[in-house]
Amino acid sequence: MALEASLLSPRRLAARLAEGIDGTLLALALALSTLGLATLYSASLEQPARVTAQLANLAVALAAMWLAARVPPQTLMRFAPPAYLIGLALLVAVALYGDMVHGARRWLHVGVTRFQPSEMMKLALPLMLAWYFHRNEATLRLRDFAFGALLLAVPALLIARQPDLGTAVLVAAAGFYVIFFAGVGWKVLGAIGLLGAASLLPLWGLLHDYQRKRILTLIDPTQDPLGAGYHTIQSTIAVGSGGLAGKGWLHGTQTHLEFIPERHTDFIFAVFSEEFGLVGNVMLLALYALLIARGLMIAAHAATVFARLLAAAITLMFFTYAFVNMGMVSGILPVVGVPLPFVSYGGTSLLTLFIGVGILMSIHSHRRLVQT
Amino acid sequence: MKYAELKDYERELYYFRLRVGFAGVVVLVAFGLLLARFFHLQVVLHDTYASKAEENRISIVPIAPNRGLILDRNGVLLARNYAAYTLEIFPAKVKDLERTIQELESVVEVQAKDRSRFRKLLAETRNAESLPIRTRLTDEEVARFAANRYRFPGVEIKARLFRQYPFGGTASHVVGYIGRINARDQEKLDELDVESNYRGTDFIGKAGIEASYQQELHGTTGFEQVEIDAAGRGIRTLARTSARAGNNVTLTLDIRLQEVAEAAFGAHRGALVAIEPSSGGVLAFVSRPGYDPNLFVDGIDPQSWAELNNSPDRPLNNRAIAGVYPPGSTFKPFMAMAALELGKRTPKSAINDPGFFEFGGRRFRDSKPGGHGHVDLYKSIVKSSDTYYYMLANDMGIDAIAGFMKQFGFGARSGIDLEGEAKGVLPSPAWKKERFRRPEQQKWYAGETISIGIGQGYNAYTPIQLALAVATLAANGEMYRPRLASHVDNARTGERRYAEPALVQRIPLKPENVEFVKRAMAGVNSEGTGARAFAGAQYTSGGKTGTAQVIGMKQGEKYDEQKVAERFKDHALFIAFAPLESPKIALAVLVENSGFGARYAAPIARTVLDYYLLGKLPEAKPLADSATAAQDEQDEEESD
Repeated sequence: MALEASLLSPRRLAARLAEGIDGTLLALALALSTLGLATLYSASLEQPARVTAQLANLAVALAAMWLAARVPPQTLMRFAPPAYLIGLALLVAVALYGDMVHGARRWLHVGVTRFQPSEMMKLALPLMLAWYFHRNEATLRLRDFAFGALLLAVPALLIARQPDLGTAVLVAAAGFYVIFFAGVGWKVLGAIGLLGAASLLPLWGLLHDYQRKRILTLIDPTQDPLGAGYHTIQSTIAVGSGGLAGKGWLHGTQTHLEFIPERHTDFIFAVFSEEFGLVGNVMLLALYALLIARGLMIAAHAATVFARLLAAAITLMFFTYAFVNMGMVSGILPVVGVPLPFVSYGGTSLLTLFIGVGILMSIHSHRRLVQT
Repeated sequence: MKYAELKDYERELYYFRLRVGFAGVVVLVAFGLLLARFFHLQVVLHDTYASKAEENRISIVPIAPNRGLILDRNGVLLARNYAAYTLEIFPAKVKDLERTIQELESVVEVQAKDRSRFRKLLAETRNAESLPIRTRLTDEEVARFAANRYRFPGVEIKARLFRQYPFGGTASHVVGYIGRINARDQEKLDELDVESNYRGTDFIGKAGIEASYQQELHGTTGFEQVEIDAAGRGIRTLARTSARAGNNVTLTLDIRLQEVAEAAFGAHRGALVAIEPSSGGVLAFVSRPGYDPNLFVDGIDPQSWAELNNSPDRPLNNRAIAGVYPPGSTFKPFMAMAALELGKRTPKSAINDPGFFEFGGRRFRDSKPGGHGHVDLYKSIVKSSDTYYYMLANDMGIDAIAGFMKQFGFGARSGIDLEGEAKGVLPSPAWKKERFRRPEQQKWYAGETISIGIGQGYNAYTPIQLALAVATLAANGEMYRPRLASHVDNARTGERRYAEPALVQRIPLKPENVEFVKRAMAGVNSEGTGARAFAGAQYTSGGKTGTAQVIGMKQGEKYDEQKVAERFKDHALFIAFAPLESPKIALAVLVENSGFGARYAAPIARTVLDYYLLGKLPEAKPLADSATAAQDEQDEEESD
């Protein structure tokens, strides 16, 4: 009776529920999500349902995180190859049967809802690679890295073909991080880097004029102010006009006069930056920095090769999302479809991110299990 | 082995942590980069972007003021506005103009004329937001376009006020016309520092009163602050400053008199200026041929423009102020005035006119073979003796003539409130020295003075100068600057500003001399060269005929009107004022390449005076009909 009563007491229940949950990570992710909700509210005043929808997304994502946090890394490892293969199969299916939305084939109908297999690959690929390098831990050679690169290239190219360059870059980056942390030699990295740079020049010569122009516009948006450059020009104005302290929540003119396209998804940072200014930006950067620091720390203390590779890759994915997104909104990186992690509107992306956080938590709480 | 593996594991972990540390550094550098970018945008360049955002948000939409009206002295509208729909293209917002125009054709009618006009406007107009491809759309066309609007980004229907000139070609050189602001207009506006008041204005006065009273007629541009979205759609109006309509300009001109005067010219080219001597107010102002100013309102189509520009009749040339002609015998009353004032002649001084004057071995021929016999000053004017004035000019000398004539405004711009006035030529040694380059040309020869006396030679004046001189004489030497505007009304406040008569100068003339010359001019109309034209006039008047040579006749060669090509025929002139005692109107008439002044110019003056003084409309009879022409010729040959 007493045991049962104590089991059911709210305090014990909370403790049980919180088991494996890393308070720091959760607090940081929630802080970012809250900023996201506030910004989203401002960005979609005329569509308040979006905020409610995002709250629901957040609830689902938190649940998924809670679940992921309770799955031990060893179990996760077993999921890796099937997840990767299923993801690959779905990507092929998308290429063959996917829905066309805005001229790109990214979505797959699953019952009543649509599903983006490329999103799944963001986690499945690092899982797979971490599993692969973990398995061949003792005997890692150059050809293992080459195989890893192949594992990376196939889904990345499939996604790039959809075409969804942003996601392809993110997926490739996630894979690359695993390979990097697995210990591929600096010389190899340098050689690949040089080779890639060298191949750019003759490639440029092969391009058509219009293709070159398109790339140049990507680099310099002012070349096409009414077309491709419009997003960047307007978002740069939003950021710049925000100033030190911002125009205040709900007072961003660029936002509310609809000068910012995609202002609730990929360009939500322009809204945030306009309304909260440099002060807000510093705060946001600090939150991301803390999240990344926590993630890298977890990776550094992870118990297994798989766990540490996965943790480090997931953490750097957060970084990549944040850096690429803020870079593109502030006009130093070309415009690619990358959401601002935890802030941008969108259930799928939020789900992926929180599952990533959950995995980090799991890795952290299981850091000593192997050794004991 | 196991040891080695363990060591390997630790080394691996060490390397991994090294790479994590490296990643951490990369993250910090990357975030530092972002931070630098944010600082650059939000602190360093904040002002720039803040103003850009502000511009994004608030669009200042200028509201063009309604142009003021132009009315005649009786309040008859000469230039008015009416509203109509135009279809306008924003060239900056349209990627493929040709295609857009082509597609527009499926919705509204676009003629080749519209296209060429649009292209012309596109080439000429600076800083124009939108240009019309079609004007005066029908309601049906408006509806059809509205339904298809989504297909045409950058094309809009606008309700515009159009200028209209109800009298068409009548008084066209007075009223003028408006046209699109071009680069030259823009420079002028910049110079005047009023360009900000023209932000919403597409049209500007190009000629006539429309040009010279542009600033009065234009009004004050209003502004509307409109919040817009990225698509440029207005969301709401934040503030509005209404435009203030331009002032209405009322002229001294009487459009009915103008119509009578223009009709009197028939098919002839020429000019007429009628002035109220006591004020300088212009009562009629003719330059024939005119043009239809309504052609210019939408932007003139190139074909009409070419026609107007290339016509040998030069309809765009304002002859009354820009055409220079020798005054011929109309110069004589002023010569007589000079002779009396300078003491070179008395009314009684008489000569014997043998029909020529010999000077330096050259014979200056009188227009009447055999001469007028005994000629005193009075008769010299009434019968228009050339010999008398050859001698007078020779006696006076060019400096005295030029010095005196200058007072009457000869060879100087009258200062009328129209643009493009010519100066003409008041011949003098100084003028010649300036005019010519070669030393032998620069020298003034005494023989050149002779023909100056009869209004030939280098004499070249505008009809308005002649009219002003007559008006000054009629006003006993008081010269009022000629002007077309009577007053300017602010329609909003009701405030009215009068253009006060501007007394330029009071020429110190002896009243008895003025009296004498006036009497002699009255004699012209009662018993002299103007008598036929003024037969039966119910008012007293003074006049003087003139016939100005277009080409020099060889000595002894007889001028034969029938044989001379039309372009080389003499110009007919007539100056007049009436009534004699207190003149209410003074005028100068010039009929180009028609022949004798008495036959072609005097009847026009009579018609104008009849209407102005008596309200009498001319009988419908053709000018100088051939039945009487043959008989007239003999008289005129004797007289003019």
